[in-house]
Amino acid sequence: MRETDPRSIAGKLTPPDRRVPLVVVGAGAAGVAAAIEAARAGVEVVLIDEHPVDNDMMAMDVPLCFGQRMDGSVRNRALMLERVVETNPDLAAAHEAGVDVQLGTYVWGAFVNGPTVQELPCSMLGLADDRRSWLLGYDRLIVAAGARDVLLGFPGWERAGTLGAGGAAALLARYRALAARRVVVLGSGALGLHTASLALERGIEVAGIVEVDARVRGDAARAKTLTDRGVPVFLSHTLQSARGRTGEIESVVLVAVNRDGTPIAGSEREIACDAVCWAIGLVPNVELLHLVGARLRFVSQLGGWVPEVTARMRTSVPTVFAAGDCTGFHEGMLAAPDVARAEGRSAGRAAAESLGAARGREDETRRRVSAPPTADETHRYWRAWLDSLIAAGGWEVNVCQCEEVTRRELVETKPPRYLGWQSPQMSARSVTTLLRDGPLNQDQIKRLTRAGMGPCQSRRCREQVGLLLARAANTTLDRIPLPTFRPPIRPLPLNVLWPADEPAAMREEWVSWFGIPTQFSPHWTAGMAIDEPTAHARLIVSE
Amino acid sequence: MMADMARASGASVVIVGGGVTGLSTGWWLARAGVDVLVLEKGIVGWEASGRNGGGATHVYSPFGLEEQRLWPQMDELLGYPTEYQPHRIGIALSETQLALARRWAEIGGTRGFRWELLDRRQLKELVPIVGDNAIGGTYLHFGGHANPQRTVQAYAWGLQDNGGRIQQHATVTGLTQRGGRVTAVQTTRGTFGADTVVIAAGPQTGAFADMLGICLPLAPARVEMIATEPIPLMRVGGVAGNGLYGRQTLRGNLVYGGGPHEWINVPDMATPEHANTPLVRNLARRLAELLPGAAHVRLIRAWSGLVENTPDGLPVVERLARPDNVVIATMSSVGFGLSPAVGRAVSELVRFGRCQFADLGALALGRFADTPRDWREHAGWAAAPSAVEAAAGGDD
Repeated sequence: MRETDPRSIAGKLTPPDRRVPLVVVGAGAAGVAAAIEAARAGVEVVLIDEHPVDNDMMAMDVPLCFGQRMDGSVRNRALMLERVVETNPDLAAAHEAGVDVQLGTYVWGAFVNGPTVQELPCSMLGLADDRRSWLLGYDRLIVAAGARDVLLGFPGWERAGTLGAGGAAALLARYRALAARRVVVLGSGALGLHTASLALERGIEVAGIVEVDARVRGDAARAKTLTDRGVPVFLSHTLQSARGRTGEIESVVLVAVNRDGTPIAGSEREIACDAVCWAIGLVPNVELLHLVGARLRFVSQLGGWVPEVTARMRTSVPTVFAAGDCTGFHEGMLAAPDVARAEGRSAGRAAAESLGAARGREDETRRRVSAPPTADETHRYWRAWLDSLIAAGGWEVNVCQCEEVTRRELVETKPPRYLGWQSPQMSARSVTTLLRDGPLNQDQIKRLTRAGMGPCQSRRCREQVGLLLARAANTTLDRIPLPTFRPPIRPLPLNVLWPADEPAAMREEWVSWFGIPTQFSPHWTAGMAIDEPTAHARLIVSE
Repeated sequence: MMADMARASGASVVIVGGGVTGLSTGWWLARAGVDVLVLEKGIVGWEASGRNGGGATHVYSPFGLEEQRLWPQMDELLGYPTEYQPHRIGIALSETQLALARRWAEIGGTRGFRWELLDRRQLKELVPIVGDNAIGGTYLHFGGHANPQRTVQAYAWGLQDNGGRIQQHATVTGLTQRGGRVTAVQTTRGTFGADTVVIAAGPQTGAFADMLGICLPLAPARVEMIATEPIPLMRVGGVAGNGLYGRQTLRGNLVYGGGPHEWINVPDMATPEHANTPLVRNLARRLAELLPGAAHVRLIRAWSGLVENTPDGLPVVERLARPDNVVIATMSSVGFGLSPAVGRAVSELVRFGRCQFADLGALALGRFADTPRDWREHAGWAAAPSAVEAAAGGDD
């Protein structure tokens, strides 16, 4: 029998109240298909989705970039829940198939045993709504968490009205709560054209589609439908700035660019609009996959870091599967929702079979990666946008809004402005000098500059920080190691995350640091131990 | 010939471990004009050195007075910001917690530092977000806190500014011994000759001691911390209590840790994961109890770190008798705050063979001469048996 240290965590991480054979995270096309498939195979399934997201979360651009352009109806939770259900008919089908559907529920963490954690009674997810949090144990996990927005900064992008294609689509089609009347769309690929069409359908004026490239990147016929409806397309253009009083975007200034992205003087034009929507790509949501230890690889044409999956959507962690846009997003996917559904069904079936269900139908063939023109296609395109924005807007533009870190401060590895620190030594340091010590690491530069350390949890700046570092290091983004994700992957209040009750041992044996009596003893009075109080330390709050 | 080549890429002093102890030591040596090279398996300060609570209040330690003397000067000495802030406030939610806070303060008092007891009203004036559950506290006119991430980088940069070198991404794989001395350090990036070797490798320090045939009892453990979004700055950021250590940063985030640790094994030299457990929820609860006015504040990050402890929780800082050109330094999980002083001490052990400002006799390895090899099991400090998850079925 092993002795136990009462102050250690051994035995204090109690099993969750509920443990289910299968949890599916994300109720998009892939997640719902996975849940239904597994349920039909006789597996008990919980399907979790965070929509409708509450207003405070949306205001932080979490989980998508809503750009403060939500109208007041998003505060009406019942109405939003109704709309989420109404706009996703698959949810009803899942419910009918016996899936336990939990909406308005955040997944903020995934906890598994591994090299440095051995005391968890089972693998579990941290869940929360806007009032409380809880844990849910699982035997199998299917992550179908979708993709998130990519934003690049420009002068004035802190103003209300800077959205991402995902945020705009959610506000337009799901919540029907977009508080904007005239939008400029950045990007002319399938995502940009789709976003513009969606806006027009919903009665929003599209003041223009801006493309840094010299050609429309998406389908020509689709683009013509838009121009026929009076939507101007500005090719070889970039955004110079957004303007407006009182913190709102009221217009944008576009400027024509040369082939190398440099602005052409005198070509500026101001366009009235109350929203700018980035629609140049999406990034797979791999936070949970990272937390469970699934192996990720960088595939530019799929939007960056994606999980390695087998043909049956199993990740490198045998109990975890992934399906849908979180396994990789490219613009062709917008026209092929059946691929996500097929992936979901594969994952659902494989998960069910791994739990002992009978072997199902043969797997469908599906193809997420179409043959790419070049390996770094997506990021070269993003980089072209970034270069043009730098050429037009300069280096004094915030790359991180939460922490107010400019592009210049990032590449010069400046300490944050509020420290007011200046020294010749500090002035001599930069990303360039750091490169002499080894490859750049985004987490290291985050610690120094604070870029990416704010409440949006780097959703607005992760890609552009990476691209700027790659630019400074004269390399490509795939050479910059994946910056880590940490729980909680949704910014939740202390009084939501806290547990309502705790095991007695957790409370009674709690010490700030190990509880080794000699550790903090004055060295001049040998043997005089300072024992941190434990069982006697009854807390006022709990009385 | 081989030895000559190694010498060419070596240094007078080679330091194994780019954590806060190794970096501070290297900085002190470089300032003194010594040719120094720090070998780090990953990035400087990446482990517990750069992810701790930032406390700088350890007056109980033999290094304590030097710690207190040095911290207010560190920004200027290094040339880079550490975010050092003086003073500490201890908050007590119970008589027992108050007794502990007083005990800490009194230790400072016996060393000549000033402190005072605070009633709830005084506490609320200083820390408006404390609640009616607080019964009082202490104000220490000594101690303080700094930003670990900024400080480790400051040591590294300061070391380089003084002519020292750092080799990152170099994992040490062996120590070459000849004639009763360690003559070179073998790494994944080549072999580096050395006149003197400092081993300050955190949880891995024990493995290097093993290579020298020396038994250094160390138990690694994982501990966790949380950070909130920024809130308005309090007058004193060094506020802690209720079984939590930590601080309000100069940005305004509340950054705290505490509670149960997990004893683990560090199987190899690889950079470990920094995984969290649901303990982050308990930490959130403790913090909301400590500062009820911040209960609505959002938690935006959590992380863990690996630290090592000796059986008595006290450091081992010693220049070995044999091999006689090796200094071992493990701070037994309490290294960050003491680092300005410990770096100086180790640099003196290297240069002069003894620490000139403190008696380190109590920190000698000899005190563990009778420690049995299975001491971790006896103490209950052994890692849990590896929980092998039932292999999932499947056929692909």
